[in-house]
Amino acid sequence: MTETTGKPVIAIRGLGKRFGDNVVLAGIDLDVQPSQVVVVIGPSGSGKSTFLRCCNGLETAETGRVQILGRTLVDEGRMLVERDLNALRQEVGMVFQSFNLFPHLSVLENVSIGPRKLKKLPAAEARDRAMALLDKVGLAQKASAMPASLSGGQKQRVAIARSLAMQPKVMLFDEPTSALDPELVGEVLQVMKLLASEGMTMLVVTHEMAFAREVADTVVVMDGGAIIEAGPPAEIFTNPTQPRTRAFLQAVLAG
Amino acid sequence: MNLDFSPVWSGWPALMHGTLVTIEITVCALLLGCVMGLVVGIGRLDPSRRIRYAICSVYVSLIRGTPLLVQLFILFFGLPHFGLLLPAFVCGVLGLGLYSGAYVSEIVRGAIQSVDRGQMEAARSIGMSRGEAMRSIILPQAFVRMIPPLGNEFIALIKNSALVSLLTIHDVMHEGQKIISVSYRSLEVYLAIALIYLVLTGLTTWALRRIETRLRAGGMVQ
Repeated sequence: MTETTGKPVIAIRGLGKRFGDNVVLAGIDLDVQPSQVVVVIGPSGSGKSTFLRCCNGLETAETGRVQILGRTLVDEGRMLVERDLNALRQEVGMVFQSFNLFPHLSVLENVSIGPRKLKKLPAAEARDRAMALLDKVGLAQKASAMPASLSGGQKQRVAIARSLAMQPKVMLFDEPTSALDPELVGEVLQVMKLLASEGMTMLVVTHEMAFAREVADTVVVMDGGAIIEAGPPAEIFTNPTQPRTRAFLQAVLAG
Repeated sequence: MNLDFSPVWSGWPALMHGTLVTIEITVCALLLGCVMGLVVGIGRLDPSRRIRYAICSVYVSLIRGTPLLVQLFILFFGLPHFGLLLPAFVCGVLGLGLYSGAYVSEIVRGAIQSVDRGQMEAARSIGMSRGEAMRSIILPQAFVRMIPPLGNEFIALIKNSALVSLLTIHDVMHEGQKIISVSYRSLEVYLAIALIYLVLTGLTTWALRRIETRLRAGGMVQ
């Protein structure tokens, strides 16, 4: 991570995207510095997920630019060529709301398949790395289980381990706890806190306000496809300047 | 009416030999059909790749829109006009295989599209290419879902193979007709032929069910 010190890991300028007449992203600017945790909050339909998906090329932004680790992912609708895109994605981990574990592979294989197939690690080495990561997320004992037999919280922790196995420089989280039963949310957030404390650069879309307050360096509030407010959590949560932020926080914190 | 099965018994070795030919031609056509089906099915996944999509679509509509018998006759009686004289067996395999491939392609396409979109996204997000994701993540999951409809297709193929008897191929149908032409015992011989096809399709059904059960037990299916 030292190679990028001082330069933002993610640099976004004027990002825009529309689906038909519907403007999803209306010119977003954001920098994520090394080891920073940026949490994106906002009402549903505000473009948070689309924004996050633009950061690893799962969606193509039509205008503006995304630079990751100094490389240009997309510039005015032109995406990085396939080979470079695949290489860049190895450095950008992504955790999905619906986990998306590979159901035909065991937990261990889910985590080791990336290093094995893409980093060309020998099988034993890939397995060791996967076991270490499963241990880190507290699921070493489930290594030989199939995903279908896991709880939602366990699946999401495996999904995090799967991303970490590629040794990414930055992690994107797309509402990682939204599909979980309330009692399972904590175990996933705990793993995310661990990563943050280890200095992982993270961009997190979430509705977990307590997590944002506790872990975020910067909280970004989105509405209508734009960033309406950004700042340290203490500021955003106690003294928001925008009425829309206030309304959103009131609605969320009351619920 | 009295039935006389003695021509069936005396012609049994010929019928068995014909059955082997039927199996041979079906298995060869099956392999060709699966390869064609896989290639064409994947080729029709992405309409934005226009040329590939168009070629595959034309193939599927031509094959599905015309009778198999006509396709076989074009291969066998038509191609020689262009100086291309293929052995009957090759015509049979080619005709049945290309025909089956069109249907298998739709099975392949449907099964691939039934795999959750998040699977491709997750695979791409760790840096897999589209091809690698297809091979390692999507196809293994799609394959299990293909088995029941593929079973139907294989059974249809076994039965459709009777048509190649009209291309002078000595399959079980052809052998049976030879027996009829000297014994005039058509009902008995056709019953025997029907029974042989029934055994072939029954064995296929049984084998496929076993494969499916085993894959389910292995956790390949949720």
